[in-house]
Amino acid sequence: MTTTPLADRPTTTVAARATELSKVYGQGETQVVALDRVSVDFKQAEFTAIMGPSGSGKSTLMHCVAGLDSFSSGSVRIGDTELGSLKDKQLTKLRRDKIGFIFQAFNLLPTLTALENITLPMDIAGRKPDKEWLESVISMIGLADRLRHRPSQLSGGQQQRVAVARALASRPDIIFGDEPTGNLDSRAGAEVLGFLRNSVRELGQTVVMVTHDPVAAAYADRVVFLADGRIVDELYGPTADGVLDRMKRLDTRTVRTS
Amino acid sequence: MFRTALRNVLAHKARLLMTVLAVMLGVAFVSGTLVFTNTLSNALQNSSAKGFDQVDVAVLPGVGDDAGDTTGQPPQLTQALLDESAKVPGAASVIGVVSGFTAIADKDGNLVGDGFQSQGGNYWSDKDARYPLSDGAAPKGAGQVALDAKTAERAGYQVGDTVRLSVDGPVLSPTLSGIFTTDDGNVTAGGSLALFDTATAQRLYGKVGAYDEIDVKAAAGTSQAALKAALDKALPRNAVETTTATKLADDQARNIASEMSGLKQGLLVFAGIALFVGTFIIANTFTMLVAQRTKELALMRAVGASRRQVTRSVLIEAFVVGAVAAVTGLIAGIGIGAGLKALLGTLGATVPDGPLVVTPGTVGAALAVGILITMLAAWLPGRRAAKIPPVAAMSSVHATATTKSLVLRNTLGALFSGAGIAVVLAATSMSGSDGQAPMGIGAVLLIIGVFILTPLLSRPLIAAAGPFMRVFGVSGKLARQNSVRNPRRTAATASALMIGLTLITGMTVMAGSLQQAIDKMASASIRADYIVSMANGNGLSPDVAEKLAKTPGVTAVSPLTDAAVLIDDTSEWITGVTGGAIGELTSLTVDDGTFKVGGSQVVVDDRTAKSRGWKADSTFTVIYDDGQKQRLTVAGVYEGNEVVSGIMLDNTQLAPHRTDAADHTDMQVMVKTSDGATSATKDKLAKALGANPAIKIQDKKDISNEIAQMFTLMLNMLYGLLAMAVLVAVLGVVNTLAMSVFERSQEIGMLRAIGLDRKGIKRMVRLESLVISLFGGVLGIGLGVFFGWAAGELVGTSMPTYELVLPWARMALFLLLAATVGILAALWPARRAARMNMLAAIQSE
Repeated sequence: MTTTPLADRPTTTVAARATELSKVYGQGETQVVALDRVSVDFKQAEFTAIMGPSGSGKSTLMHCVAGLDSFSSGSVRIGDTELGSLKDKQLTKLRRDKIGFIFQAFNLLPTLTALENITLPMDIAGRKPDKEWLESVISMIGLADRLRHRPSQLSGGQQQRVAVARALASRPDIIFGDEPTGNLDSRAGAEVLGFLRNSVRELGQTVVMVTHDPVAAAYADRVVFLADGRIVDELYGPTADGVLDRMKRLDTRTVRTS
Repeated sequence: MFRTALRNVLAHKARLLMTVLAVMLGVAFVSGTLVFTNTLSNALQNSSAKGFDQVDVAVLPGVGDDAGDTTGQPPQLTQALLDESAKVPGAASVIGVVSGFTAIADKDGNLVGDGFQSQGGNYWSDKDARYPLSDGAAPKGAGQVALDAKTAERAGYQVGDTVRLSVDGPVLSPTLSGIFTTDDGNVTAGGSLALFDTATAQRLYGKVGAYDEIDVKAAAGTSQAALKAALDKALPRNAVETTTATKLADDQARNIASEMSGLKQGLLVFAGIALFVGTFIIANTFTMLVAQRTKELALMRAVGASRRQVTRSVLIEAFVVGAVAAVTGLIAGIGIGAGLKALLGTLGATVPDGPLVVTPGTVGAALAVGILITMLAAWLPGRRAAKIPPVAAMSSVHATATTKSLVLRNTLGALFSGAGIAVVLAATSMSGSDGQAPMGIGAVLLIIGVFILTPLLSRPLIAAAGPFMRVFGVSGKLARQNSVRNPRRTAATASALMIGLTLITGMTVMAGSLQQAIDKMASASIRADYIVSMANGNGLSPDVAEKLAKTPGVTAVSPLTDAAVLIDDTSEWITGVTGGAIGELTSLTVDDGTFKVGGSQVVVDDRTAKSRGWKADSTFTVIYDDGQKQRLTVAGVYEGNEVVSGIMLDNTQLAPHRTDAADHTDMQVMVKTSDGATSATKDKLAKALGANPAIKIQDKKDISNEIAQMFTLMLNMLYGLLAMAVLVAVLGVVNTLAMSVFERSQEIGMLRAIGLDRKGIKRMVRLESLVISLFGGVLGIGLGVFFGWAAGELVGTSMPTYELVLPWARMALFLLLAATVGILAALWPARRAARMNMLAAIQSE
């Protein structure tokens, strides 16, 4: 088991950090440990993929770090902010201002146009979007001619590109993706992943993505493997085959232990 | 099929809650009305039957149907007839009944009760079985009176006190000799009853030596019929009419029943409106349930269920929902019936005791109404469910309503609305009663048209709210867009609210305009400072006018009397006035001739003149009640109105021909004073009349107030009854919002995730609710004003002073009411939306 040693890394380069993070559902005999004292750093300008078999706790880890879910013990920091002490209202504000999200489906509001969806987080905050930045984001995702369209007039891939643009538009400290390519065919998925990687490479964005697809994970700089609520492995500069290999080993390990 | 339907109902308990509540309220209204009216009518019948305990046969004055009866004097029940009745075989005892109007003043000099129910009568001999004494003794001689216990308590009189009362003019101050209890229907309904000894009562009510009724009690073993036969044989045939108590009780019971059925029908109309509003909610709910289950229903079709079976499964669900709602509604309705009765009791109008009556008819009606309404409203969604193609089970896309059907819908709506408006407009140019039927038809067409058109109307009207919504930022923008996302549902929700507000606004506009018109008419045509009349609407003793005329400061007095006469063989009412004073006391526009009343010269209102073909200087012959004839000349034709109308003849001409000269009375007396209407003048007049509690002295303002009060009372009752429809509409808004929140849980979860806080979510739901409610409110108030205007145009043809009065303050209040409905209805759905588990919401499918 190779967890990242905490003391080795200066805090300034860390966008988000979980320390001894645990999440327990239920009590007594029905108790389920979803996360078991997980410690992990997500560095700035790094594209991290979280992988693991079903029920490994990969989504829970992302939800807890992203301030979407509460945790039982340990600590989570986004930048310099400790999440554990925040009330719902402050947590909401943090998500609005510091975090971007891309979900598997139902990412967009059907009543808003593509552009309105992109600027939604800033509208909520009552901020004016940075025009230049917005234009560069829009030109990067290549939907300049579709901005007036409503989501129902866009293909699945286009919709997810709008979602990526929305996550990028408010220049968050970190973007979380929950199976962002899960509902897309391989070509549309590749496009979306390409944009995410470009945003890290070219714009210095930090991205954390949960996926079960080794091909998607291969776009990341680093892959963190979870099993039974613990981080069990880590891989830098992954390839699809390399990830698949590790996953296979994880699966057999899970079978053996269970 | 039945089991699947039942499972579905159970699975959607929470979502069906509002539907059940809406149907339940309507059913409760229906069954409450039935229980209340049945109970009341049963209790009244019992109490009236009790009132005949002391009677077996009632002897009443004969109608004098003999042609030879030219005196016009009705036969009297004399003492001789009473004595004879007592001697008839089988008669155990007799009571001579005398009754009349008696106003009682409390210690402050104010009239007890409202005047119409101020009764007086006689205490028969030493011990009157009708009126058991609870305190003191029977009244004896002119100086004593007995009062019913409730009146004595209300007025604060105790045995030995001096009671101020009045019969037709002078104030009397007898001593209270005793207090009695009674089941008299008039007293239980809030009236008062004063009893004198028989001789005093006969004198006071102008019936010396005579009775109004002779009640004969049968001896043991004698049947009512036998006693009646014996009486018929003994008493002169034409002078009296005998009736058994059983028949009297039956007649009264029938009267009560027919009065109650009026009340029942009136209440049921409003219950019907509430139920109608409820159908919108039912339709909305089932439409949503079907839409959510598209896949499931398609799967059923794919595995072989027929269209009919799918429709049937939806209808079975509706049946179960309707049955649950009907049963709970029935129980609630029985509670409402009991509650209403108790409420009436606390309001002073005592209702006679009696058991709560729940007839099988009530139960049947409640269940039938609840179940049928629900199934009927679910029928269209059921049909739509059947049209889902089996292939929908495989596709992931939910079938959405096509715009094509909206095109058809809008065309249909436009046709209905256009026809409705055209018919209503055409009706306004018709005169009075001719226009009523077309106006009603037009109104119904227009309402149906607007129902159909609301989805179309929702877009521009809600877009108009845009600038206002922008103030609320993202929440406002999203709320506005959400509210037009499902135009049909928004429309049905708003329509439900619209119905109640249309009726409320229409009634308010009508009532306000009518009130002003009548008010104007009264003040424009009357120049008298005061109108003096009896509190109960009875006639005034002629000495009232004489006393007023003698009061210093009074410049003109005219008593108004009524007399029926024959002109050209048709009967006509003629009003006797003081010819010299009437010109000063009224201010009427004269169309033709001059306004001159005196001698054989009369004035006639335009309507009578027109129908009789008279002009100024026309002459005609009247035949008075006493058979005498007189030739009269029309001096002038004036514009009549609701307050002043008819033929006016000088009293000196009319008086000699009155057959009822002995107890001749005036309807009212018009008075003009040198100082005008001031409170000092009023006091002076009141004093001149002996500060009589039974006499009303009203200036024009009092009359206006009285008119206003009448309208206010009527309006408040209507508001109360329509409140139920509005309440059901509120449930509809709650229902729609709950559905919206449920359907959009993924969106709400996403919005929360990307940073909209709970407050923002709450605000979004609340604003959506506000927009829908205000949409319904604006439509309702608009339609209401239109109907109020149109109905007024119809009334205006017969009322020259009628003009539209728009009650702006009230309309603003109604709009505020709609807004309040919106905010209140959103409380629970908004809370639910804000509390929603974000992650579960995003991941749910």
